[in-house]
Amino acid sequence: MSTAETTRIEQIVYDSLKTFGADEAAINRDATFETLDVDSLDLAELAQIVEEEFGVAIKSGDVAELETVGDVVDLIAARA
Amino acid sequence: MREVVVTGIGAITPLGVGARELHARWAAGEVGVRDGEAPCADFQPYDFFSRKEVRRSDRFTQLALAAAGEAIAEAGWADGAPYPHERTGCIFGTGIGGLSTLEDNFGILRDHGPSRVAPLAVPLMMSNAGAAALSMRHDLRGPVFGVVSACAAGANAIAAATRAIQCGDSDAMVTGGSEAALTPLARAAFSALDAVSQAGISRPFDARRDGFVMGEGAGVLVLEDGTSARARGARVLAVVRGVAATCDAHHLTAPREDGAGAVAAMRAALDDAGIAPDRVDYVNAHGTSTPLNDRAEATAIKCALGQRASGVPISSTKSAIGHLLGAAGAVEAIATILTLRDRIVAPTLGLEEPEQGLDLDFVPGSSRGLDVPVSRPAIGISNSFGFGGHNAVLVLEAA
Repeated sequence: MSTAETTRIEQIVYDSLKTFGADEAAINRDATFETLDVDSLDLAELAQIVEEEFGVAIKSGDVAELETVGDVVDLIAARA
Repeated sequence: MREVVVTGIGAITPLGVGARELHARWAAGEVGVRDGEAPCADFQPYDFFSRKEVRRSDRFTQLALAAAGEAIAEAGWADGAPYPHERTGCIFGTGIGGLSTLEDNFGILRDHGPSRVAPLAVPLMMSNAGAAALSMRHDLRGPVFGVVSACAAGANAIAAATRAIQCGDSDAMVTGGSEAALTPLARAAFSALDAVSQAGISRPFDARRDGFVMGEGAGVLVLEDGTSARARGARVLAVVRGVAATCDAHHLTAPREDGAGAVAAMRAALDDAGIAPDRVDYVNAHGTSTPLNDRAEATAIKCALGQRASGVPISSTKSAIGHLLGAAGAVEAIATILTLRDRIVAPTLGLEEPEQGLDLDFVPGSSRGLDVPVSRPAIGISNSFGFGGHNAVLVLEAA
């Protein structure tokens, strides 16, 4: 996984969270979904975007393990 | 049974943002119809909601939440309902629910396949989404559900919410109705039924009427147990004196020509209120501007009110804002309350050529004062009828 690819994953995840209504200034790798007010419905939508962009499937079982923005970026990077 | 009072009202309609705005502009003869439809052009979701909230709600829910904000503030509930959470609820009507969400997602399904249909599609389109959103916003944890009875939904919801308080299931209810169905599918479907005015004019009871004008909007009322409301010093706007509902059990769309179902509902509502027809000071007609409804409703009013029918002023809010479908009954209940409180009867706009047999006082032309002795509060009835044969009637008294 190149740095450029990781940056692209981050960008798409960040942009999605922003679209969902999360506070742009608060979005970073360490931010938790709870503090960003991102819930299971948002993560279901994020999973769709991720599958479309990277061909990576995020299942509901995975979602339960995801706490931070970095968690989801790393999961995509590991599977892409 | 316990007395039920109205302590807050709110409306988003084609005549603007606000319940008083609706009545004042209608009374001034303004019409919210443009190009044959009546959208809530003044309503901008981002004036009321965050980006996340807008994404999380269909337009019909946004209209409901915005109207509720006004009603809740007027009731003095801005810091929360003055009752235990489980003793407050929400019964809320809509004709169709989140139709634009459904249509958008059907487009996605058709063009991009099932994997792209939004996870939010179901929670936004479901017809109980308005009730659910209101409960979350205002922490209402008692009885909460949606009412679906086409164009009678708003009135049926108010009737059910009234009963919930009367019977002691709850102490206070947020109720009303909302609709946002100015969509390509709804336009085509109502037109296919020949229900929509080809002239694009809402002129109830006029000989030239040729169908209703589609509108959108929401009306919300805060209802409380009268004793509790007065004990907390709330300003009481009106009393819900009587409610009733019947069904024609006759035809999917057409009313009974003799208006028998509507007559039964009006009589039952007056019985529930414990008043005789001669005490009715005003009738807010369903008055859709369709040939069938207006004829059947005039017949029904004559039958239900007897001699009083020829003397009572009757007007149709739909002449000013078109037909708000599942929101109509709630918005018109609000218009009725303001008519009774302000003692100003707004006219049936566009009524210029009376039809033979439709010979009641439909208040053509311009507004007039409500002729009621100052010594007593005014009483009015609000009629709502819906496809499916649903009839819901409210008897309201100004406080």
